[in-house]
Amino acid sequence: MASLIACPHCGPRPKEEFTIRGDAGITRPTPDAGEDAWYAYVYLRDNPRGRHKEHWHHTSGCRRWLVVERDTMTHAIYAVSDASAPGETA
Amino acid sequence: MSSFRLSTGGRIDRANPLDFTFDGKPMQGFAGDTLASALLANGRQLVGRSFKYHRPRGILTAGAAEPNALVTVGEGGRTEANTRATLVELYSGLTAKSQNRWPSVDFDLGAVNSLLSPFLGAGFYYKTFMWPAAFWEKVYEPIIRKAAGLGRATYEPDPDSYEKCWAHCDLLVIGSGPAGLAAALTAGRAGARIILADEGFEPGGSLLSETAPIGEQSAADLLTQTLAELTSLPNVRIFSRTTVFGWYDGNIFGAVESVQKNTATVDPNRPIERIWRIAAKHAILASGAEERPLVFGGNDIPGVMMAGAMRSYLNRQAIAPGKNTVIFANDASGYATAADLEAAGLDVTAIIDSRPDASRLWSGKARVLANSVVLDANGGKNVKGVTVLNNGRPETIAADALAMSGGWSPIIHLACHRGAKPVWSDAKAAFLAPETQEGLTIAGSAAGLGGLEACLADGAGKALSVLRALGFSNTSAAFAPAADKTIVSRPLWRVRGSKGKAFVDYQNDVHLKDLGLAVSEGYGHVELAKRYTTNGMATDQGKLSNINAIGILAEARKVSPADVGTTTFRPFYTPLSFGALTGASKGKHFQPVRKSPLHDWAKKHGAVFVETGLWYRSSWFPQAGETSWRESVDREVLNVRKNAGICDVSTLGKIEIYGKDAAEFLNRIYCNAFLKLPVGKARYGLMLREDGMVYDDGTTSRLSENHFFMTTTTAYAAGVMNHLEFCAQALWPDLDVQFASSTDQWAQIAVAGPKSRDILQTMVDEDISDAAFPFLGAKEVSLCGGKLTGRLFRISFSGELAYELAVPAGYGEAVADAIMEAGKPHGICPYGVEALGVMRIEKGHVTHSEINGTVIPSDLGFAKMVSTAKPDFIGKAMLSREGLTADDRLSLVGVKPLDPATTFKTGSHILAEGAVPSLDNDQGYVSSSCYSPNVGSTIGLALVKRGPKRHGEHVTVWNDLKNEYTRAVLCSPVFFDPENEKLHG
Repeated sequence: MASLIACPHCGPRPKEEFTIRGDAGITRPTPDAGEDAWYAYVYLRDNPRGRHKEHWHHTSGCRRWLVVERDTMTHAIYAVSDASAPGETA
Repeated sequence: MSSFRLSTGGRIDRANPLDFTFDGKPMQGFAGDTLASALLANGRQLVGRSFKYHRPRGILTAGAAEPNALVTVGEGGRTEANTRATLVELYSGLTAKSQNRWPSVDFDLGAVNSLLSPFLGAGFYYKTFMWPAAFWEKVYEPIIRKAAGLGRATYEPDPDSYEKCWAHCDLLVIGSGPAGLAAALTAGRAGARIILADEGFEPGGSLLSETAPIGEQSAADLLTQTLAELTSLPNVRIFSRTTVFGWYDGNIFGAVESVQKNTATVDPNRPIERIWRIAAKHAILASGAEERPLVFGGNDIPGVMMAGAMRSYLNRQAIAPGKNTVIFANDASGYATAADLEAAGLDVTAIIDSRPDASRLWSGKARVLANSVVLDANGGKNVKGVTVLNNGRPETIAADALAMSGGWSPIIHLACHRGAKPVWSDAKAAFLAPETQEGLTIAGSAAGLGGLEACLADGAGKALSVLRALGFSNTSAAFAPAADKTIVSRPLWRVRGSKGKAFVDYQNDVHLKDLGLAVSEGYGHVELAKRYTTNGMATDQGKLSNINAIGILAEARKVSPADVGTTTFRPFYTPLSFGALTGASKGKHFQPVRKSPLHDWAKKHGAVFVETGLWYRSSWFPQAGETSWRESVDREVLNVRKNAGICDVSTLGKIEIYGKDAAEFLNRIYCNAFLKLPVGKARYGLMLREDGMVYDDGTTSRLSENHFFMTTTTAYAAGVMNHLEFCAQALWPDLDVQFASSTDQWAQIAVAGPKSRDILQTMVDEDISDAAFPFLGAKEVSLCGGKLTGRLFRISFSGELAYELAVPAGYGEAVADAIMEAGKPHGICPYGVEALGVMRIEKGHVTHSEINGTVIPSDLGFAKMVSTAKPDFIGKAMLSREGLTADDRLSLVGVKPLDPATTFKTGSHILAEGAVPSLDNDQGYVSSSCYSPNVGSTIGLALVKRGPKRHGEHVTVWNDLKNEYTRAVLCSPVFFDPENEKLHG
């Protein structure tokens, strides 16, 4: 069933309009960061219980990539911001 | 004697008789009846056979928890099995059938199982069907499958439609009994947007069968008056026949509304059921309480009924349970039933109460046996009497009906759907859910309260608190505070000394001894006991049985019910039809259909279409006299290579890319260079994933300094768009680049073949000679003397001299018609994706058959395309991994049979010549294959270990599915015009 995600551009919208990508806490390494950093970036993911920041795409809306901070246990959403300016909520 | 209808009383409309049938027998009821009450009115108490022992079963409850009276309603595609007769609103023309019986419910051969019952105890599946292992599939499983289940689903399609909608409110009130009504009235008067949902066809809950007055007013009058006020309020919506079945994230509630389940003449323009997703700021759960059965011998014989249900049938539908009723209770509810029966002039033979001080509750005629229990109900297909242990002395009492009440359990399912755990309360002798959670408050008997006044007061009071929290300050409670005066008795989990089977879970035929067995065999944990005995499974999910089972397990384990705990409550509260869950997403509405702007053009030329994802693409264009698809495709291929052909390529993904950093952006997206792509040029681009594998390919053209036009494959159009947006917004937000998908805005037409230039030049106003517009040219052109502007690209998938012309979608068909007209003297023909596929395999061009998520550029012969100069691009870092640089990687190679008369299939594997066919000897596989009319045999592209270094090597193509072996030779993947003379012609 649905929950609402407060898109900073479109307001509260049903989650069916969004697509989840995954962990937003990882940063793309520099090209010369070395094998380990790249391996971690491409393959290694934490599966935390509780608060977690994820990339969600407002696919059927404004088509912006968002950082959604939510609780993986309760599904409560704490904050949503645009991926280009994470942390700044509208 | 059996149940019958009294000549007066009840809320039924005696002026409105309704005809229905049960097992083919015509019967009559009235408007206001449920199927269950109508069956009782017709003296029909035996309505089904039990699951395991095929015992005769009657109607036990008057609500959603009914475990016995499961019937099949409707016929043909409207057949609905396992329907609770207690919730079916009677209508004229209803047909119902009993289940799990043969040849009839009155005479059922399956009842022989009762004789086998010593062998059918808990866990018998696990113990009986163990050995020999080979028997499982052939013997045991078919037997179990045949015996399993109750009603049978129909194979006919459902003729009805369903829908899903959203609803929004400040306060959702679930249940329209006293607490729910009081909450709704309080909130309604405050001006809040209210939805009041109730599963019944008439709102009111227990008030519908209540005879006790509330203050000066009768319950019926209070109900009428409250509903009248609620109906008059524009901010209140009352959803009857609507079961709220789940509580979900974001305070969304799922509910199913029965729209037309109460009629035989279904309006095809309206749905039969409707799923509501209710977004509520807050909800008040006023779902009431469930009366517990008592566990004694024969407690399942037809004629045994819950006391509250008996009272409801008596007061709502004027049903007498029989002539002489015995009540067995350790709760006040039994006395209320007895009083109403006597008031209706019916005999109550005895009230048997396990409590020592029972008689002080009673001022009626019936004799009260305190400190007594019913050991056994006697009878077969109906109750004949009871054997009572009266203060230790056995006594037999004749009776034709038996009411039982073991106390009440709050209905807390919804409150526990989001993880809250029920907590045992010794004071209430019940499992309670947390009274307030974020977004949900429990009120009335669902919160463990008893008594009408207390429930009304609680509903009003809880609503008041919720309203204040929601910002409705100027409001007051609709009912005055009242104390809960209920006397809670110690639960009687079971009667000791019964002779007959004492059922705990009626629907699954779990009886007392099964639970004892589970404990003694080590399955006493509540979750294990459920699986071992099946207690609490199936359609009712233990609504009636779970609490008794927990009490019995607690006694057997010598602990408190608190230590046993409950199993987990999950949605749905009651069973939901697949139709309702499917909603409108069926048949042609299952998924959208995408049609190219050239669809009608292709259709008019006789195209055969193929579904590719959501798209319908023209596959080939058969001509008169052609008898097979191959014949058409061969002709199309040969004609394109000799003359010219026209093909719809509009389904390719098209993305407009703008911005002063667009070139830099593309340079980071593609593995090959794009920064210096000149304006007016197209370039083939290869896009990688971050792990180094090829993601997608296509051509991107630079139309002006800061405007690029990208094409993607049909399948990955949406994925590539998402990928570009992610990279631009999340990875490199500092780059100035914007995207717009224009897939649907352009009709794109490939014109290929040696005559293509001659044909197009008649329409394109600019000079498109090889000198003026060489291979990989890309520009905006004027068409037909300035009538239209389009985009022309000199790119080729077929390997021929070829162009792709894009025009605004609405002009697609006219332009295609004009090309056909201009091409007529040159022998042009339309060709489809099959011919396109043949030509690209002949030229060794890859598609997603090769770009299958396991290949890197060098596997496809694109090693040189990968830029070594660029500091970064998606996929660069991982490309240098050990495994991706190994020299025995599967790489692209051509393959063709040694004998042109032989063939092979895509997906077949490659073996070294003479090698034993095994996975160890597997050298790779054929990724694409077709018949090439130019080569004169089957040809294939294959991904083979060190493939490019093995041209000329003889191999075996192995299809283990068909046990076929084809001798073949590996070769260059370019089978036709290897020097690309035609392309540059």
